[in-house]
Amino acid sequence: MFDLKFECETGNYHTFCPISCVAWLYQKISDSFFLVIGTKTCGYFLQNALGVMIFAEPRYAMAELEEGDISAQLKDYDELKKLCLQIQKNRNPSVLVWIGTCTTEIIKMDLENIALKIETIIGLPILVARANGLDYAFTQGEDTVLSAMVHRCPEYFLPQNQQSSLVVFGSLPSLVSQQLTKELEIQGVNVAGWLPETHYEELPALGSGVYVCGVNPFLSRTATTLMRRRKCQLIGAPFPIGPDGTRAWIEKICQVFNIQPKNLAQRENQIWKNLKEYLSLVKNRSVFFMGDNLLEISLARFLIRCGMIVYEIGIPYLDKRFQASELNLLEKTCNEQGIPMPLIVEKPDNYNQIQRIRALKPDLVITGLAHSNPLEARGIITKWSVEFTFAQIHGFTNVRDILELVTRPLRRNNNLKELGWSELALNNRF
Amino acid sequence: MKLAYWMYAGPAHIGTLRVASSFKNVHTIMHAPLGDDYFNVMRSMLERERDFTPVTASIVDRHVLAKGSQKKVIENISIKDQQEKPDLIVLTPTCTSSILQEDLQNFVKRAKLTTRSDILLADVNHYRVNEIQAADRTLEQIIAFYLDKQSLNCEKTKKPSVNIIGIFTLGFHHQHDFREICRLLKDLNIEINQIIPEKCCVQNLKEILKAWFNIVPYREIGLMAAQYLEKNFQMPYISITPMGLIDTAEWIRQVCHLVENQKTIFNCTNIKQINFEKYIDQQTRFISQAAWFSRSIDAQNLTGKKTLVFGDATHAAAMTKILVREMGINVCCAGTYCQHDADWFREQVQGFCDRILITEDHTQIGNIISQYEPAAIFGTQMERHVGKRLDIPCGVISAPIHIQNFLLSYRPFLGYEGANQIADLIYNSFTLGMEDHLLEIFGGHDVKTVITKELLTDDNLIWQSSAINELQKIPGFVRNRIKRNTEKFARLNQIQKITVEVMYEAKEALAS
Repeated sequence: MFDLKFECETGNYHTFCPISCVAWLYQKISDSFFLVIGTKTCGYFLQNALGVMIFAEPRYAMAELEEGDISAQLKDYDELKKLCLQIQKNRNPSVLVWIGTCTTEIIKMDLENIALKIETIIGLPILVARANGLDYAFTQGEDTVLSAMVHRCPEYFLPQNQQSSLVVFGSLPSLVSQQLTKELEIQGVNVAGWLPETHYEELPALGSGVYVCGVNPFLSRTATTLMRRRKCQLIGAPFPIGPDGTRAWIEKICQVFNIQPKNLAQRENQIWKNLKEYLSLVKNRSVFFMGDNLLEISLARFLIRCGMIVYEIGIPYLDKRFQASELNLLEKTCNEQGIPMPLIVEKPDNYNQIQRIRALKPDLVITGLAHSNPLEARGIITKWSVEFTFAQIHGFTNVRDILELVTRPLRRNNNLKELGWSELALNNRF
Repeated sequence: MKLAYWMYAGPAHIGTLRVASSFKNVHTIMHAPLGDDYFNVMRSMLERERDFTPVTASIVDRHVLAKGSQKKVIENISIKDQQEKPDLIVLTPTCTSSILQEDLQNFVKRAKLTTRSDILLADVNHYRVNEIQAADRTLEQIIAFYLDKQSLNCEKTKKPSVNIIGIFTLGFHHQHDFREICRLLKDLNIEINQIIPEKCCVQNLKEILKAWFNIVPYREIGLMAAQYLEKNFQMPYISITPMGLIDTAEWIRQVCHLVENQKTIFNCTNIKQINFEKYIDQQTRFISQAAWFSRSIDAQNLTGKKTLVFGDATHAAAMTKILVREMGINVCCAGTYCQHDADWFREQVQGFCDRILITEDHTQIGNIISQYEPAAIFGTQMERHVGKRLDIPCGVISAPIHIQNFLLSYRPFLGYEGANQIADLIYNSFTLGMEDHLLEIFGGHDVKTVITKELLTDDNLIWQSSAINELQKIPGFVRNRIKRNTEKFARLNQIQKITVEVMYEAKEALAS
């Protein structure tokens, strides 16, 4: 299908545990409470990864499993009921989300059934999402939560005028989802709702006759659930990351609704024009994605359009069907820019990647924090990948933010380069 | 199951990883699901480490659940053996993988057949011990492994020498403390034989026995190793922490007595005895400024100020004693989260504080802080944040810590320079004495309206405008406390409307 090259390595790579999705989801869904059912390890990760958020009385907590829970001396049902009642009393949320972890998988705790029972007793909806490190990486955690949420959306009934409705899925900061809604409105496409909304009660109606479109590349499970369980029609589009992606995303949606987009090319060109100063910094520079958050294909496609050369796109998991349009656009972009296709490496091996980085000496490595400082010490410029998940990067308005992130290390090193200390590791194997 | 938002000590494998990756050329393989290698981020970020953290995961995924790890762990061990050529590979289970009950010991045995490096399985139970206990145990385990293995050379060094046990990665000010201990030992004419585990080579561990005795600066980690060495190789150890002037002096005395003692045992009587009392006196009165500082009139204002101390056993106990004995400050509550060491802690702080608190629950400490309203807190990052919410200053004296506690400049907590640093920390945590008085006299710097952040809920109390005006005259840093106290008083006496008179009554009631 593509001329792109795909490879699969050992899966020995560094990424965040998918339970980290509570960090942005509890903020997005403001009347929710997330309960992570796991061990000290899960708690320690959240505590350290979320840093200062911990101190702000977050709406999430750990249900920490003790030896009695593991050896089934304590009844899961009683224990969970006790904790949920406590949360209900202290925080009174509109929805509880249970995050299943590796441990609940291994001891085969039947969360779905227990949730059903407890839900009826305490009169509070309980969603179960198995966001564990056995099956998923980092942002895929959000995918598991949203696909659990799909089941709770109200039923959609086709209105008299037979007009289809559009629901957009993917958790974005409210400001960004409003911006995207506006962009579509300008074209005459009305967004009936977002999954998720800022309140649990506002979940959009779903059913046949509803078109759905994703904003993030890691939502393949949610897309499948929407299609199979709620009979929605999926609009497969590239993702609205970068002006090229945003334009392609809007065009695809317009096409489905039989609308001729207006002024879209103009809008895109204007955005590119505004980026001039950044583009001169990145042009002809090379990038290496080590891969940890599934945004890699979209970001690489955008950076290639910016004039960069991408050596390798590492990615934890690639759903070729869900990302088909994005992969198409990537290929098209490479051809138009006249640069070789990057190698796409699924389940990468970080050790091998470091050997390749050593050989290729890219101008920029986009990687997790575990490798950033060691690479910097060897004179390799890095950008911390997790920032792309937390920054606002979607739509026309936020393109500048992506390039701000990408060029920050380049600009910093431009400022410091006269000093001649770019390599600071003793054991300099690079 | 228990509801938890925050923990003071991490899971067991973190302790194992901290010890193992402190050694030179030791690689750790975690038997863990994807995402459990968060330790690498901590080390790379907090320590600003320039090298790749020698920790990899042998990933537990669905296939492992279905079929067992089978060859996967062994393969990962031999791949690392070839790639990195480490001296030792430590295999550690995690909370998750330990439930699988795979025979990891057997994997270790089988991997040994094909690798050139030594291999060891970390012996820690993830549901019974925490980070601190696991680190202690792993250190003992690695030392014992190499001492059992080698043909042992028990010949002692000619000059008195010691091993320092328990300096390692992600420790609270460990690097600075280590330098300070070295300085003290150099002054006392004692050589350092080995530092364990930081940058120590496992192949050299047999040299441990050349030292005359061992020094364990922090009792959380290193004590088990020291006890093992005492039991099996008759090496005595000193586990007192040289923190604060009094304990530093005591530490020096014990070290010197032990040297004398060992001299006679080893027949090294030709080594001249140093006059350590003279040294202590000199250092205390003239080199360190802390003793003079606490006598200077500026420090008078600290007399009887109320503080609360919380942290690991070593730091919380030492800090409590410094505040009370060396500064004349009142400690209303001293606590630790090291529940496994509770008895020792109680014994140490008994008589120095009004209340002893042993807990791992941060909300309990938060409540006690808001109840006592101390003038300053000395605790961990968690207490610092509680202090922020209550407008109470906090000096951080113990892990858990953030990146800002990994300082670039020289900041020991131990020894004579440490005493200076602690004195500064204590002094700067309180509002400066003169400022305190001036604020009281002139009614504060700011004329902003009353800040409403507080822990207690406001249940329909009405503040009369004259009372609000009066409240605004009170210096900003005590205003909230006065407001809370007044409201507490009003609630107790069922007063709805707070007038200026009620405020005064509340103050009087509090004073009595």
